[in-house]
Amino acid sequence: MATTHTRSAARLMMAPSVILLFAWMIVPLGMTIYFSFLRYNLLMPGMEEFTGFLNYSFFLSDPAFFDALTNTLLLVGGVLAITIIGGIAFALLLDQPIFGQGIVRILVIAPFFVMPTVSALVWKNMFMNPVNGLLAWIARSLGFQPVDFLASVPLLSVIIIVAWQWLPFATLIMLTALQSLDEEQKEAAEMDGAGFVSRFIYIVLPHMARAITVVILIETIFLLSVFAEILVTTNGGPGTQSTNLTYLVYAQALLQFDIGGASAGGIVAVILANIVAIFLVRLIGKNLEA
Amino acid sequence: MARKVSTRRKLVMSAIAWTLGILIFFPILWTVLTSFKSEGDAIASPPVFLFFHWTTENYAEVQSRSDYVLHFWNSVVMSLGSTLLGLVIAIPAAWAMAFSPTRRTKDVLMWMLSTKMMPPVGALIPIYLIFRDVGLLDTRIGLVVVLTLINLPIIVWMLYTYFKEIPGEILEAARMDGASLAKEIVYVLTPMAIPGIASTLLLNIILAWNEAFWTLNLTTSKAAPLTTFIASYSSPEGLFYAKLSAASTMAIAPILILGWFSQKQLVRGLTFGAVK
Repeated sequence: MATTHTRSAARLMMAPSVILLFAWMIVPLGMTIYFSFLRYNLLMPGMEEFTGFLNYSFFLSDPAFFDALTNTLLLVGGVLAITIIGGIAFALLLDQPIFGQGIVRILVIAPFFVMPTVSALVWKNMFMNPVNGLLAWIARSLGFQPVDFLASVPLLSVIIIVAWQWLPFATLIMLTALQSLDEEQKEAAEMDGAGFVSRFIYIVLPHMARAITVVILIETIFLLSVFAEILVTTNGGPGTQSTNLTYLVYAQALLQFDIGGASAGGIVAVILANIVAIFLVRLIGKNLEA
Repeated sequence: MARKVSTRRKLVMSAIAWTLGILIFFPILWTVLTSFKSEGDAIASPPVFLFFHWTTENYAEVQSRSDYVLHFWNSVVMSLGSTLLGLVIAIPAAWAMAFSPTRRTKDVLMWMLSTKMMPPVGALIPIYLIFRDVGLLDTRIGLVVVLTLINLPIIVWMLYTYFKEIPGEILEAARMDGASLAKEIVYVLTPMAIPGIASTLLLNIILAWNEAFWTLNLTTSKAAPLTTFIASYSSPEGLFYAKLSAASTMAIAPILILGWFSQKQLVRGLTFGAVK
């Protein structure tokens, strides 16, 4: 039982973390909100003035914003679709009795540990390059015209690269969930004559529901902020074809020096992420009680 | 009871799993192989897989051209520094929340988690300007501070889920046996807490090592860790596949090895204990 004494000690122990995180959250966010109401360009120092919601109306009515929003959603949705389906498939496969299971598992999760700039550049140059890339060579050997991935399908290329990085995460979580499934339940269903498909739909899938939700939510948080992969492969282009919200804000701030406009964009991104975050926090919170 | 599986079925499944596994792993394997090729062999058509003239000259070249060791060291300092600093700040907090929880502990935990969900572009601009004004751009110390803060919620959470599993009764038992607070901490708690702290350390080194938003935006040369250094290969000059591969291989090897040891912790740390 906690006494008053231990309670105040506990408060003291928590203080550094709480204060630091509070400052980290509130100071930059407050400044971003403040900047978002200013006409503030680094190329015109001393000319800052209050402009109300002008930055927001410019940002939201910029066709680049609509492209970036669409690309962000396509990127998140595409990667989620690939990693969830692929992750479940891999998890089911790795859950079977196979030779060298541990080694296959290690091979499958390896991409998660590759830093984003490395995986993006390796894919860009050694696989997707239309002249020297392996995929181009495979296409030519089969008698097809090689595709210039990053020029003709830039967003799809980024989706492939990011999905390759996140497939291991989904697989690992699904596998962990799958392995906690009661073996006897599966056996009982099997004895009752349930085939693979009905066992999957009625037993495995419901059991994995929570793992799937967690993967969706956590990946969404990270995927909304994909940055390095776009920076080193396409620079958001051609045009705005592979620009997502994060990249658009970055470009507006650090390439065009439009601090006010970029801040408005940042706030829009924060609001979008918050909508996702609310669901995630609820889910994990519910779990904390169990 | 293990189910009986026919050997044939096991063989087929193994073949499928191995094929897919190698396919997924292939880009990494290919990078490692290419790092030992000459630039000519690296872009040979048809590609050469194993039978080429093996050479380590790319590794020497990467170092002599661009002081690779400096960037590697920056990555080490940054990931280790931010993780250790984070642990120092987080251990007392996680400890307090696990062992003397109050009604508000859960809310505090949820709030900490929510700070992790703020997209970095929401903070990029002020942090960049502040760093510019106080001279922290492109410094290791600035980066360590930012990485500590962005990973702090994960550190607190992971430690909390581990500490929570230490039974409180054991403390009472030790106290009954007349152990002093110091003895209690050294002989009873520390041994039980170390595995959790070690796992947290491991996962956070991995996360910090691969962090590629703040490192790319806040460093350019002097303090550039490997993420930023490798990104400079995005504008190539001449033949560079083999050198890119050599630089990449060295950048991912240490973390790949650490990562394989931390599979279980990864699930736990990244799902905030929602999947175990």
